[in-house]
Amino acid sequence: MSNTNALEVVKVNKSFHDPVTVPVLKDVSLEVRRGEFVSVTGKSGCGKSTLLYILSTMDTDYTGEVLIDGEATAGADKGRLARIRNEKIGFVFQFHYLLPEFSVLRNVMLPGLKLGRKSAAEVEADAMDRLRQLDMADQALKMANQLSGGQKQRVAIARALINDPLIIMGDEPTGNLDKKNSEIVFSIFEHIATEHKRSLLIVTHDVDFAARTHRNIEMEDGRVLR
Amino acid sequence: MRLLISIAITILRAKLKQSVVAAVGVMFSITMFVTLLGFMNGLNDLLDGLILNRTPHIRLYNELKASPEQPVARAWREKHDAADTTVHHFIRSVKPKSELQKLRNALGIMRTLEKDPRVLDVTPRLVAQVFFNVGTTDLNAQISGIEVEQEVRYYMFADYLVEGEARDLATGNNAVVLGKGLADMMAANIGDVVQVTTAVGDRALLRVTGIFQSGIADYDKVQCYASIRTVQELLGRPGSYLTDINVKLKDIGQAPAMARELAQRFDVDALDIETANAQFETGTQVRNIISYAVGVVLLVVSGFGIYNILNMLIYEKLDSIAILKATGFSGGDVRRIFLALSMVIGAVGAVGGLLFGFIMQHIIDNIPFVTQALPTVSTFPIDYDPKYYLIAVTFALLTTWVAGWFPARKAAEVDPVEIIRGK
Repeated sequence: MSNTNALEVVKVNKSFHDPVTVPVLKDVSLEVRRGEFVSVTGKSGCGKSTLLYILSTMDTDYTGEVLIDGEATAGADKGRLARIRNEKIGFVFQFHYLLPEFSVLRNVMLPGLKLGRKSAAEVEADAMDRLRQLDMADQALKMANQLSGGQKQRVAIARALINDPLIIMGDEPTGNLDKKNSEIVFSIFEHIATEHKRSLLIVTHDVDFAARTHRNIEMEDGRVLR
Repeated sequence: MRLLISIAITILRAKLKQSVVAAVGVMFSITMFVTLLGFMNGLNDLLDGLILNRTPHIRLYNELKASPEQPVARAWREKHDAADTTVHHFIRSVKPKSELQKLRNALGIMRTLEKDPRVLDVTPRLVAQVFFNVGTTDLNAQISGIEVEQEVRYYMFADYLVEGEARDLATGNNAVVLGKGLADMMAANIGDVVQVTTAVGDRALLRVTGIFQSGIADYDKVQCYASIRTVQELLGRPGSYLTDINVKLKDIGQAPAMARELAQRFDVDALDIETANAQFETGTQVRNIISYAVGVVLLVVSGFGIYNILNMLIYEKLDSIAILKATGFSGGDVRRIFLALSMVIGAVGAVGGLLFGFIMQHIIDNIPFVTQALPTVSTFPIDYDPKYYLIAVTFALLTTWVAGWFPARKAAEVDPVEIIRGK
């Protein structure tokens, strides 16, 4: 593996302009190494989610540098950014965000099919493999909206893993789950970081969750405290 | 692209009811478009055929008219100054001769025309006025001497025979085919013998071998046909005596120009089909414009239906769009998904529309339509030209593409961050 950091952020500034200009991120700099399990905490409104969406390349309205796997994303065209998201980033949201029209298996397969690096049969085998790891293989052919909340979140994690991404980003992935399911999700994340050497960057306000990660980044008023 | 289409189809299947409504909208408009145009053009062809099939593209004849210049005037002009107005002649007694109806050198003209590469067929006719003697009354009629075989081939003569065979007219001596109205007035049937008197008083007996009905009642009351030979004998004229030469061209569009050329070249009157039937051409065009306009309006309306349904669908699917974008589908991919969705609706509707259009055409084609005016048809006419199917499909795909484009563009511009954070 190369020595470049999975994610590097240099002096990112962002302001909301509506109705008056309010700075939300002030000179944010941080990096995430490969295989590192990092959590981001802070009061609501401190800019942690805003930061996450900038890092995810979906929000491009900022100044500063964001490097994913050493590649600068500021100013890259939208097609390229979509490709980076597809290939190098896996997402897990607070609300499951599965496509309700598709089966569980198909939901997991879609990013893999989009990447197009493997045949449909291989992607399907990969998807089954991910579901098996997460103990969801027996639900593969159910429709996404037939699952419980915890099950949906596990499927979303399987989907995030389908393209072997460099980094997995989560926006309050356990925020909507009960204690038991939160625990399951946490252990899956830890397993991914230690066994598969993937980086994780998880935004959360769950202090227990944050305390158990490798490193916790604390934010306040748009700045990184430590 | 296959992935995008499969996503589009999955979304469609999840929203089956709305998709079906949109597709039915397209289907309905295509059905109506195809049916309307097929029916309209069937009628057009029928009405045009009624006239065009039976009408020569150019008719050469001599108009019965007084000499435009009296001989005495011509003689005066040749000897004196034409501008001299001090003298005035009052002789205006030279009247038209019946001999004038004869086409001079008709056989020569025909031979020349037959060699012309633009000409499809040259058919001579001999038209004369006669009286049929029925009891004590005389019925005025017009007898046309025809070349039966050519008339059958190029002027659909056999189509209008309601009784008897065209063959009998060609082979039989002194055979005559009467118009339906004329036959009814004389109570004449096939095999009966009728007495005829020519304008100069010669009498002859003709045997009825057929009855025809053109669809124009006044015409059927005065018209009858015999072979050229029979009419020439009836009039006591030689075999070169002809009054009309009917010309059919390979390209009907050349008729007006060629009519002028022939009139000058052979010093005869020439009437072309467009001048003679100008109103038919106009009627056909107007009917075509109306049916295309109605068809296109139907398609545009169904396009608005698709536009509405897609807009609603995109609102409902904002979450899905956001998640697709977050997992690496670009704005262009999302646009193509929704465009594909629209095109699938359009294509399914179009195929259904063509099928139903064909069925509707068949149904109309089988509705009985019996009228005195149109002896050759028994059901409503339909033009099954695949051209209309092609136009309908092209228009359907075009309108669905345009109707899908705007909602699809909107979907492409959805900001996933806004949706995901908004929850």
